[in-house]
Amino acid sequence: MNKYKTEIMVGVFVVLTIGAILLLALKVANQSMTSEGDTYTLYAKFDNIGGLKPRSAVKVGGVTVGRVNSITLDQDNFTPVVELSISKKYTGFPETSSVSILTSGLLGEQYVGFQPGFSFDGVADLQDGDYLQDTKSALVLEDLIGQFLFNRGNDDE
Amino acid sequence: MDHLVEVDKLTFSRADRLIYDGVSLNVPKGKITAVMGPSGIGKTTLLKLIGGQLTPDSGDVRFDGNSIVSMNRKTLYQTRRRMSMLFQSGALFTDMSVFDNVAFPLREHTALSEEVIATTVALKLQAVGLRGAASLMPSELSGGMARRAALARAIALDPDLIMYDEPFAGQDPISMGVLVKLIRELNDALGLTSIVVTHDVTEVLTIADYIYILADKRVIGEGTAQQIRESDSELVQQFLTGQADGPVPFHYPATDLEQSLFGDTK
Amino acid sequence: MNFFQSIGASTLAKMSAVGRAAIMLFGALFALPRLKNVPLTIKQVYVVGVQSLLIIVVSGLFIGMVMALQGYTILVDYGAEGSLGPMVALSLLRELGPVVTALLFAGRAGSALTAEIGLMKATEQLSSLEMMAVDPLRRVVAPRFWAGIVSMPMLALIFSAVGILGGHLVGVDWLGVDAGSYWSIMQSTVDWQQDVINGVIKSLVFALVVTWIAIFKGYDSIPTSEGISKATTQTVVFSSLAVLGLDFVLTALMFGIE
Repeated sequence: MNKYKTEIMVGVFVVLTIGAILLLALKVANQSMTSEGDTYTLYAKFDNIGGLKPRSAVKVGGVTVGRVNSITLDQDNFTPVVELSISKKYTGFPETSSVSILTSGLLGEQYVGFQPGFSFDGVADLQDGDYLQDTKSALVLEDLIGQFLFNRGNDDE
Repeated sequence: MDHLVEVDKLTFSRADRLIYDGVSLNVPKGKITAVMGPSGIGKTTLLKLIGGQLTPDSGDVRFDGNSIVSMNRKTLYQTRRRMSMLFQSGALFTDMSVFDNVAFPLREHTALSEEVIATTVALKLQAVGLRGAASLMPSELSGGMARRAALARAIALDPDLIMYDEPFAGQDPISMGVLVKLIRELNDALGLTSIVVTHDVTEVLTIADYIYILADKRVIGEGTAQQIRESDSELVQQFLTGQADGPVPFHYPATDLEQSLFGDTK
Repeated sequence: MNFFQSIGASTLAKMSAVGRAAIMLFGALFALPRLKNVPLTIKQVYVVGVQSLLIIVVSGLFIGMVMALQGYTILVDYGAEGSLGPMVALSLLRELGPVVTALLFAGRAGSALTAEIGLMKATEQLSSLEMMAVDPLRRVVAPRFWAGIVSMPMLALIFSAVGILGGHLVGVDWLGVDAGSYWSIMQSTVDWQQDVINGVIKSLVFALVVTWIAIFKGYDSIPTSEGISKATTQTVVFSSLAVLGLDFVLTALMFGIE
């Protein structure tokens, strides 16, 4: 009996560890099977991406529809290119859609805000591999302050 | 006579301290050989040298004609299966019952079924009178019982040689008597060869066939019990009768007392 | 003794100790694994792993709770209490999980290993194994070694998971952070490879070092009561220092250079 007690307790230990791994994988690190799923890729060029990082969220009206897959620099005109993975669940965004880099809260993390455009005749839906034309860059605090001081200077004269 | 163990001009030192200086002794097959000497002389070391746990500086130890010193690890481990050692403390494994302790060498070195092991263990425990204590843990045994249990473990694989390290130390007269009887009986019944290392003179003189007395890094006397008693060596006589002062001095070597108390009186 | 002579002597003694430790490690790791030793290893997983479980769970819970409390009071000033989840999770997974587990392990299981092996040496059980033609490295050291290496990452994972739940308990249930943002921002910040796997790698390295030190200190102890108590203390001190030092090196390697 004593021998079995040892084995049972070691078994409990292993089960607890598996439970911990599952918690970390599914709830904490979001290694879930559903989230990745089938995705399609869109590209967007920004002048400045601010603090955007790979795996940042892509949101439509606050709903996460995808993630930033990678960020590279276009060697031709030296602008950042952001590769977005959008879930196949969300398709049919019109070509006139725009993306901007937004911040959650004052000091929160940055994410890509996706603004679906109007759909009318002659405007096709976005397909895998398309580039989004209408982009707004991240707000950089130093630029804002600089602009503000510059305007103040002009006002004084 | 046939010798199972031969120690030949053995020299051994530990941390710059010379322990043996050219010791030679022979252990005849089927007999009980006693090695006696004052405490601190390194008697346990001698057993470890015979078992190959320590390597001598020079000289040789032979078991059944093969040199222990020059054996490689594999042959040494094979040779050790033919010898066993009863440690002073018994050295029972504290996390196992008496039964599992005795079964341990059988499980390690044989492929016997559990039933055969159970029978063998019961027989070995019966031989030392502890069959009823099989399920006890070592911590529940008295010192004498622990030593008997360890003895059962030592004979589990039917070895050719048993080495007893101070088997009588710290035992009451009854368990001492039990151990003396066991050593003699096991030796004769199983055809063993025994080496008993001890400083209990009276007990050992009653059972030993041949006796070596070690002191001062060498053998100072040898012979049968009768020859030892009649020895004319002062050192042997001091050891046998237990005189406080003699060739083995009462005082640890020191400077003159008068000088160290009153300084240099010039 | 001459000053330089004593420096030389102590250096030589330390070198020979390192050498003995390496030989022991080699003997234990490369002793041919035998089927017979699997139950022995499971038994040791019980001794070093399961018996450390309680202290790990309780410590993990409290550390997670304290971090949520401290983090909340700081983050709420910036209106960023939504970032509580990632703060708790990242600190636990990257640092506190592996490091605190290793420190607790050194105190709970490491010292016990040293004392146990030291006592086996003092009561001549190791000698007796050798005389029974059983290699103590294989029979005694190897199962404990493997058990330590298996158990510590498991304990670290449990520690982190319990800590995150403890953070949830204080942050969400008590202080009123939104449960959705606690989990979702955590999910978008924590990376499986970067954070969880790296934490496990750290934990494996710590397991190797702590178990090695603990077993070697016991195996190499002077077999007297004084020697064993000294060895036990040294196990805790040396392994704690080694864990903290190695943690810096590993962190620099894993997270230092982007």
